Amino acid sequence: MLKYLSYSIVVVWLLMAFAGFFIGDHANEVVLSQFLSPPSEQAFLSTAILGTDELGRPVLERLILGAQTSLFVALGVVFFSAIIGTTIGVYSGYVGGLTDKIITKVIDVFLAFPGLLLAIALAAILGPGIENVVFALVVVGWVGYARLARAQTLSLRNREHILAARSLGVSTPLMLYRHVLPLILAPLGVEATFGIAGAVISEAGLSFLGLGVQPPDASWGSMIKEGTRYLLMAPHLVLAPGIALMLVVLAVNLIGDQWRDHLDVRSKKSRP
Amino acid sequence: MIAYFFRLLGSVLFVSWTVGTLVFFLIHLVPGDPVAVMLGDWASPTDETALREQLGLHLPITTQYWHYITGIFQLDLGQSLFFHQPVSELIAERFPMTLQLAFMALIIASLIAFPLGLWAALRAGKWPDHLSMSVSLIGVSIPNFWLGPMLILFFSLWLAWLPVSGAEQPFSWVLPAVTLGTALAAILARMLRASLLEVLHEDYIRTAQAKGLPSRLVYGKHALLNALLPVVTILGLQLGTLLGGAVITEVVFDWPGLGQLLIESIQRRDYPVVQGCILVISIAYITINGLTELVYAWLDPRIRVAS
Repeated sequence: MLKYLSYSIVVVWLLMAFAGFFIGDHANEVVLSQFLSPPSEQAFLSTAILGTDELGRPVLERLILGAQTSLFVALGVVFFSAIIGTTIGVYSGYVGGLTDKIITKVIDVFLAFPGLLLAIALAAILGPGIENVVFALVVVGWVGYARLARAQTLSLRNREHILAARSLGVSTPLMLYRHVLPLILAPLGVEATFGIAGAVISEAGLSFLGLGVQPPDASWGSMIKEGTRYLLMAPHLVLAPGIALMLVVLAVNLIGDQWRDHLDVRSKKSRP
Repeated sequence: MIAYFFRLLGSVLFVSWTVGTLVFFLIHLVPGDPVAVMLGDWASPTDETALREQLGLHLPITTQYWHYITGIFQLDLGQSLFFHQPVSELIAERFPMTLQLAFMALIIASLIAFPLGLWAALRAGKWPDHLSMSVSLIGVSIPNFWLGPMLILFFSLWLAWLPVSGAEQPFSWVLPAVTLGTALAAILARMLRASLLEVLHEDYIRTAQAKGLPSRLVYGKHALLNALLPVVTILGLQLGTLLGGAVITEVVFDWPGLGQLLIESIQRRDYPVVQGCILVISIAYITINGLTELVYAWLDPRIRVAS
């Protein structure tokens, strides 16, 4: 039941992001006569069903554009950090020696640094904008994949099939891609799922602080920020993006939990 | 133990130096001229030169780096461009507020997490377990920049029980601390439940039950104390994370701490302050993590031996 619910929330998220392509500039159109109108059933079947914001823009359309932003950032961040982190981690774990020692030290330093703070610092220095948000979150995010991939590779490197391939003279890149990577994809997939939830929250957080997506572009984080100024008059401005954000994060986390339990035999056994 | 302490101190110093260097180069090597960014498009060349000299940006980068690193050890973090006041003074004013907030959040989180985790573990698999774990899942997923405004709406605007923002009134800290502590409470409750479940299957628990100890003693003394060890570690590590999370909470509640100073200084392009705030929060974070490891090693001799 919970499983289907979480998958449906993610599907709705994807559909909203897709619908964003058809809205275009209409969502940014200022209609001052409509400003801060509350959600109403009279507006049923129109985009004003969730009310309008301080510039008279329909909240539903802003929400859809925000879904697009969060999906774009989440996919970008997870894609790049997973590729970069996995490559570094697998290589480090497989090669070992001094290279591994140096890379482990670098990973430790990154882990010793509060992630959100580093992202804030980077976003502040690079300036606002969606690409810079993705960049900042990748700089913070690759470490998790690198650590996981390295640990997994270490446990594999002396397996028979690796030794066999090595004695046949398989080159290192091919070895990692063909013989190591397929065996560690599952835990990395789980990490990536949680990574999506983390990136959605981080993007919204940076946009909330004014360091992410800039107006008139919409982000759930900046919608919450703008809405807090009208909290008493128009709580729907904060409620709508907040609930959307929470549902997406909750659903993605639940899916991640399910996958982890599915893969982890130990947690299945210890579960009462 | 002493050798362990010094090794830890060494690693804290090493990471602090790396963070300092990273922050320095982050600001100096990013494409674009910080002076042009700080002054905007309409600044006159004279102003730009003046600011560049004030910041020491006309010196070679190695000299700047040397000044910066030696400055840190003399607690000299430069001058604020906005306040015309030493950065270290500004930070000394604001830092206690952030620490206070993080500490209150930690206490609130523990007050919520311990009963919740204990209840879930003792009724594992039954409805209290499901209920408290669902609550904690929501707690993990709720972003603090949304929880904050919701709490303000409910407790400050509708019920008018607590102040909306600031830190002047007696109960100003309640809402920010709850906002900051919620996610931690959720994580702690889950950790405690998992840790207790593991301990409850141990032989000594069965022995304690078999010899007829009241369940208050079995759970309160034998189980809880042993389950606490991993939880204490998480608690310490999370205190560091709280310092990072405090940035957003402080902005939501207009709490005059280091995080709010950081974000305001970013908006004012007051780079010396930005640099100082990031450095101080990072070093605090690293130090707290180091102290946690030390406490952990003191509690559990196996770790000292293993390392």
